[in-house]
Amino acid sequence: MSQTATRSWTQVQTGTKTKSSIPEGLWLRCPGCSQMIYRKQMEANLSVCPECGHHFRISASTRVEQLIDTGTFERLFANVESNDPLKFKDLKSYRDRLLAEQIKSGQTDAIIAGVGFIKGRQVALACMDLSFMMGSMGSVVGEVLTRTIEHATEHNLPLVIVSCSGGARMQESGLSLMQMAKSSAALARFDDAGGVYISVLTDPTTGGVTASYAMLGDVIIAEPEALIGFAGPRVIRQTIRQDLPEGFQRSEFLLECGMVDQVVPRHDMRNQIARLVDYAGG
Amino acid sequence: MGTFYTLEFEKPLVELENRIREAEQGVSAPGAPIGVEGVEESAASSAELEDLNRQHAKLLEELYTDLNPWDTVRVSRHPNRPQTWDYIEHFVRDFGELHGDRRYGDDPAIITGFGRIGNHKCLVVGHHKGRTTQERIACHFGCAHPEGYRKALLKMKLAEKFGTPIVTFVDTPGAYPGLEAERRGQAEAIAVNLREMARIKVPILSIVIGEGGSGGALGIAVADRVAMLRNSWYSVISPEGCAAILWKQANEQTNRSAADALNLTARDNIKLGIIDAVVEEPLGGAHRDPDGASDLLRDWIISQLDELKAKSAEELVEGRYERFRNLGSFHETTPEPSESASTDA
Ligand SMILES: [Zn+2]
Repeated sequence: MSQTATRSWTQVQTGTKTKSSIPEGLWLRCPGCSQMIYRKQMEANLSVCPECGHHFRISASTRVEQLIDTGTFERLFANVESNDPLKFKDLKSYRDRLLAEQIKSGQTDAIIAGVGFIKGRQVALACMDLSFMMGSMGSVVGEVLTRTIEHATEHNLPLVIVSCSGGARMQESGLSLMQMAKSSAALARFDDAGGVYISVLTDPTTGGVTASYAMLGDVIIAEPEALIGFAGPRVIRQTIRQDLPEGFQRSEFLLECGMVDQVVPRHDMRNQIARLVDYAGG
Repeated sequence: MGTFYTLEFEKPLVELENRIREAEQGVSAPGAPIGVEGVEESAASSAELEDLNRQHAKLLEELYTDLNPWDTVRVSRHPNRPQTWDYIEHFVRDFGELHGDRRYGDDPAIITGFGRIGNHKCLVVGHHKGRTTQERIACHFGCAHPEGYRKALLKMKLAEKFGTPIVTFVDTPGAYPGLEAERRGQAEAIAVNLREMARIKVPILSIVIGEGGSGGALGIAVADRVAMLRNSWYSVISPEGCAAILWKQANEQTNRSAADALNLTARDNIKLGIIDAVVEEPLGGAHRDPDGASDLLRDWIISQLDELKAKSAEELVEGRYERFRNLGSFHETTPEPSESASTDA
């Protein structure tokens, strides 16, 4: 998505320096309430500010730990890696960018997928990782997602996808765009087979990811105050030449617009997913 | 040709065209002197004119053979380039437009309606940028709102019910990035189209006729066969958008670099497997010869519909799934026992 990619990439450029997720140090200032909070306490609180409830961004592996019953996660499709099909080069080559991101994050791309249990209910789960190239979707993310959806279809498992992404990955151009169609087509088959898909939207979910699988959940759950949209706020401001209303494109705004089913705090996420899985079972 | 808009790289052509016009006046000037001398002069001018025309044809071929990506983008946006409505007027007989999404409104940036192409009844869906200034503003320059995508899907479901093939014309810089578009669920509207088009049980053909900008283009382009006109582009982002982000600023030079890097031409996209065919345009682009371009496009559509209509609904949906399923380029470090689906582009 041209618009949101603009936003995402600006964040990637600065994000590595300012660490849009959690800055290092024993203490940190919460962007929600400006209080100094003790990192360990915040992390023990599922990376939610104990003072104001601000939800800090978390990695895909932390997300899996938080959602899945301890010791039950079996990772799948971890061996799929990017090819740099276009030999893409801007001010920096995609190859170098990928390598730097891989070293920084210890991940091969922006997604972790597998099967595991949530409060004893088996699910297929895919979590996107914002720290890897702003969680952008290229061939690898698209392929891993599609395999996860196909796995869920084949094994008759409920599907949970946790999204956070700046959108489609520019460095794979049209091939990234095609991942939107590919994953959505796989969801059509999953739906035909009667599968239940719970989509969890976290901060931020924008662009081509929102405009494909993220908005296709049978039930769509958002974390509080997550930025969720198609176009990024900056591009919208430039286009319409006026200020955007307070809270625009945040989870609560989407709830008001009828675009998400629930806004669920992180502490209650496992409960809500487990509950929905039970209802889906008839 | 009075209001013909000239692209920068076409300037040498215009120079020749002016000289041709002058020569033409010389040849056909009324009251030209009659007599031995006059005849000779006239003959000399005709020879000159012939030569100029030859030069013109040669230059046109030179300029348009292997047109570079950024100039291709410019041709795709040429104000005289035929749009969805032009193609409908040219080769869709008995066209009846259908309006509205039955939910919010009617978006003029996407046109839908039934008509006949050759012997085939079909549903035509297409982005429309607008031909007059007023129309362009109403169409948001071809940037559709959610109600446009929802209208498209509603009519496609109707085509499915009727057993009628679907032909879509893609021509958009991208879906509209605005406050109301977000409020009404732009992302959801596109996403639902992607999922639903994947399982529609009638043939779907999509042709990028001008600009194929990102999700806004794909939102009506999940098809059994996807083609691009020779001078169109199709990519995840526009060159300007990409330049602004990755090169930190969009200018002539960075736009050019981004256009190169994005692999957005018809030639690039067919190499990547993203499209199945390139539909040629008359030499010098569709804007020079809209009728010729329309004929080429119509013939391609008819040939494809002839083939696709022979397939069963199951074959179509299965084939469409596999078509998109196999797109992507990756490798597997430790091959899993089941299969290796790596597609190296
Ligand atoms: Zn706080």
